[in-house]
Amino acid sequence: MRVVTTRSALSRTGVIAGFAVLALTASACGSSSTPASSSSSTSSSSSSAAAPASSGSAPASSPAASGAPASSASSSSAAPSGGSASGDPKTATSAADLGGMDALVTAANKEGALNVIALPPDWSDYKDVIAGFQKKYPGIKLTSAQPDVSSAVEIQTADTTKGTDKAPDVFDLGAAVTLASLDHFAPYKVAAWNDIPDANKEATGLWVNDYTGVMTIGYNADVLGKDMTSINDLKNPSLKGGVALDGDPTAANEGLLAVVFAGLANGGSLDDISKGVDFFKSLKAAGTLSTAKASLQLVSGGKINAIVGWSFNQLPITAAGGANGFTWKTFVPAGINLGSFYNQTINKDAPHPAAARLWEEYLYSAEAQNFWLKGGALPILYSAMQKAGTVDATSAKSLPVVQGDIQQMTADQTKKADAYIKANWAKAIS
Amino acid sequence: MSAGTGQAGPAEAKNFGGPGDTPVDADALTQVAMEYPMAPEIAAGSAPRKLRAAARRKQAIIRRIVITLVALFMILPLAGLFDFSTRLLNGKRTWRSWSTVFHFSQLTAAAPDLIAGFKITMALCLVTAVLTVALLVPTMTWIRLRAPHMSKLVEFICLLPLTIPAIVLVAGLGPVYRGIAHTLGTGNIWLCFIYVILALPYAYRAIDTGLAAIDVKTLSEAARSLGSSWSRVMLKIILPNIRAAVLGASFLTIALVLGEYTVAYLLSKSNLSVALFNLGLSASGDPRLTAAVSLILLIFGFVVMFGFSLIGSARREKKVKK
Amino acid sequence: MTSQTSLAQPAPAPSTGGGGRLQRMKSGVGTAPFLAYTALFLLVPTLIVVIGAFQGTGASFSLGNFRELLSSGPILQSLGRSLVLSLVSGAIGAVIGAVVAYFLSTAPPGGLLRKLVTAASSVLAQFSGVMLAFAFIFSFTGRTGLVSRTLNSWFGVPLADVNYFSTLTGLIIVYAFFQIPLMVIIFLPAVDGIRPQWREATESLGGSTWVFWRRVAGPLLTPSFLGALLLLFANAFSAFATAAALVGLGAPLITLQISQALTSETGLGAPNLAKAEALVMVVIVAIVMAAYYAIQKRSSKWLG
Repeated sequence: MRVVTTRSALSRTGVIAGFAVLALTASACGSSSTPASSSSSTSSSSSSAAAPASSGSAPASSPAASGAPASSASSSSAAPSGGSASGDPKTATSAADLGGMDALVTAANKEGALNVIALPPDWSDYKDVIAGFQKKYPGIKLTSAQPDVSSAVEIQTADTTKGTDKAPDVFDLGAAVTLASLDHFAPYKVAAWNDIPDANKEATGLWVNDYTGVMTIGYNADVLGKDMTSINDLKNPSLKGGVALDGDPTAANEGLLAVVFAGLANGGSLDDISKGVDFFKSLKAAGTLSTAKASLQLVSGGKINAIVGWSFNQLPITAAGGANGFTWKTFVPAGINLGSFYNQTINKDAPHPAAARLWEEYLYSAEAQNFWLKGGALPILYSAMQKAGTVDATSAKSLPVVQGDIQQMTADQTKKADAYIKANWAKAIS
Repeated sequence: MSAGTGQAGPAEAKNFGGPGDTPVDADALTQVAMEYPMAPEIAAGSAPRKLRAAARRKQAIIRRIVITLVALFMILPLAGLFDFSTRLLNGKRTWRSWSTVFHFSQLTAAAPDLIAGFKITMALCLVTAVLTVALLVPTMTWIRLRAPHMSKLVEFICLLPLTIPAIVLVAGLGPVYRGIAHTLGTGNIWLCFIYVILALPYAYRAIDTGLAAIDVKTLSEAARSLGSSWSRVMLKIILPNIRAAVLGASFLTIALVLGEYTVAYLLSKSNLSVALFNLGLSASGDPRLTAAVSLILLIFGFVVMFGFSLIGSARREKKVKK
Repeated sequence: MTSQTSLAQPAPAPSTGGGGRLQRMKSGVGTAPFLAYTALFLLVPTLIVVIGAFQGTGASFSLGNFRELLSSGPILQSLGRSLVLSLVSGAIGAVIGAVVAYFLSTAPPGGLLRKLVTAASSVLAQFSGVMLAFAFIFSFTGRTGLVSRTLNSWFGVPLADVNYFSTLTGLIIVYAFFQIPLMVIIFLPAVDGIRPQWREATESLGGSTWVFWRRVAGPLLTPSFLGALLLLFANAFSAFATAAALVGLGAPLITLQISQALTSETGLGAPNLAKAEALVMVVIVAIVMAAYYAIQKRSSKWLG
């Protein structure tokens, strides 16, 4: 009997409990939603103010984007006569489309925000680049998300956050991911477009090379006890388990190029990286290969004694050495100038399209290019800036030593190298 | 029932004899006694005292040794981290990183979103813990009482978040959080929804062990037969009896939220861990800073937890007095 | 003694013929809020993962991901290694954690020790990732490690290098660091259920410690212990950040394989392969869980 009476009562409480949960959720949402949603709505409304045609329903970007071209076509046809009349920043392919640099700055300021992604502060001195942009355009709040993720994750984040005000506005991508993600980009030509060699950009401006490092070996000279003279010094027993890569070659651009680099130093070529894999196999046999990932912490803790990686990633370690009680030097085997340009692209679903374009303009200004230079990278406008006399002398001291031209892998060579690595790397190092 | 339990504290969590002011009928007590056939012997309680004392002393020694060994295993790595945070590679000591940590202006200069991250993480801790307990306790009690056939399903669902690595889950979460962005906005506080999910495996297990240790059915039916309403049964009978378990569940949830990083990071949201991580990146001239900061965070988390447990026991004592 | 399952058995189980199905549905009502919530925030994402697992590079149905997975040596090896790591670190954590939890429960109640350990355990159970990796590396490896340099100079213990913690043994040790405190906090409520009086009663009736554990505490704790073991297994199985921080070269664990497939920037990346790998993980945990139920059922019969 008792069981029966409790049963009906039980189901009632179950429902009550359920309502309680819902109510709790709702109240939790309600209490804190106000600032969040208001900020998002202001930013979306300000961006749509610049783009009347796209202000339609929601910040959902793809329908807005498809509706936009018509509006930009009409407004840009009106622009020449009107002068200050501006087009849709979402589809503008140059500052002129918006009525010039000043109009771009105005539109970007109106958006008031910029989301960048995957820009580690130490990576070719992005710290100063970001600070420089913020100083120049204080009205734009710059958010640097996920500073240390891979190029592939940048695109994934764009997908997961698509249509929200947290989506990245711009990408800095490695070559393979750039070519595989063309449908994510909006074409744009910066003011310095003509100074960039044709080989370093996509014809419509979907992507543009920005900077490259040079593959180098960094090492703790105190531990090695001498200056490095050959890549075979990495087998020196004093480095014991401490030769590291910055990322696994099966997944990270930098790791893959480190293997290519070792191959070149051992008589291989860009087409045949087997010698590079063999070299790391011999490091493993010599007991000097580290399976830990390179990091400044592990270097300053004395766990990692040598790193094969980008010149601009060695620079911060060298700089940190003095204050942390070690000496970090770099070495590049003669005649090997292996580089790989990274690319600037604009997210076609950028929540702040004008700010994104302004960011690109800033990156291809002498100021930002000098920061990259200072960070140990070779910026794409370096030769043009030499001609124009805008290279900063102090920054130029960090320029990686390059004898001759930068060697770059073609898309086909990268594919081949990637396939070889995927098939042989795990075997070689286990 | 209460004979000899003068200081047998753990039993208070399972004090079947009616927590608080709920009246108890003899019927329920008899049922409890039947469920726990050892109980009558306890009431008789006439074991040889000397033997017991010797065994107790022996147990105390073993207890100390075991806890010391485990504590050593837990503390040594942290000591190593501390050692690293104060030692240069050439063996010299440095307190530079710690001085940065304790100079608030330097710290906030290095990570301006630290304060915001701290606030949002505190809010997330609270909201997530409350939501998790509110979602799980009624559901699991219900299942024990009325829907045992659902228990396996619910347990599997609760374990599911542990089977899908966060990096993959984020890919699937994209559409859900896009929906939230359109309806509620992109505020960091909405991380609470996924944090509840991430906390499920731990909270479920904690609450389940708690419920397993009491006789939910007898307790609730006893109370029901005495005319208690269901919300009263939930709040006055079930919750107090699984207090340790609910505290454990909330602790694990709060600890999870305090340290959660991957999901927030990959959803491009910010919380304390993300702010600290960024601090570590931007202050890279000082590789020891992240170690110092994460030790501080550990201590902070410990203090928060300890504070919670003190509040918990203070409230309990007050109740007992009443 | 009642156990978790036997508690569940006497539940109203409607024996009155045709109404059974309806009764079952009705009795499910109480779980509706839970199911609705998890459907939105867990099952939808899971479903997206599952669908992705069966898609090739386009949106069409394909078993290619699974074919690739099953024919790939490194992926299968990583799966095996993950299983070993999860089982061993789970077992170590469960046993040590259970012992600590038991001792805690016998300590003076409401005492400081108990509060300190509970607070510390809940924080440490969630301490993972780069800093945990560094903590072990900076303590136990090389001539600069706190413990290793001390042991080396005092007793001449050979120095391990940084790579030790990316081996299976090393990973197990590091994983134990968060498994033990997790077990302590999960298992404490269960051992709290054992009253000292029962032990005394057993003793007064002439029963040995063994009899107490075999006949009284064992049956009471077994379901909770197995459940906790299952949780610890899954906890280690899906752990990612710590392993990623310890292992820089190669991907010896399944979560690292998944991460590589997702984040690879050298090739085209294979997000759907990653989803297939995640689905395999779900299936494995489901199998382990089925085994757990079978064992639990048997043990409750055997012990009860």
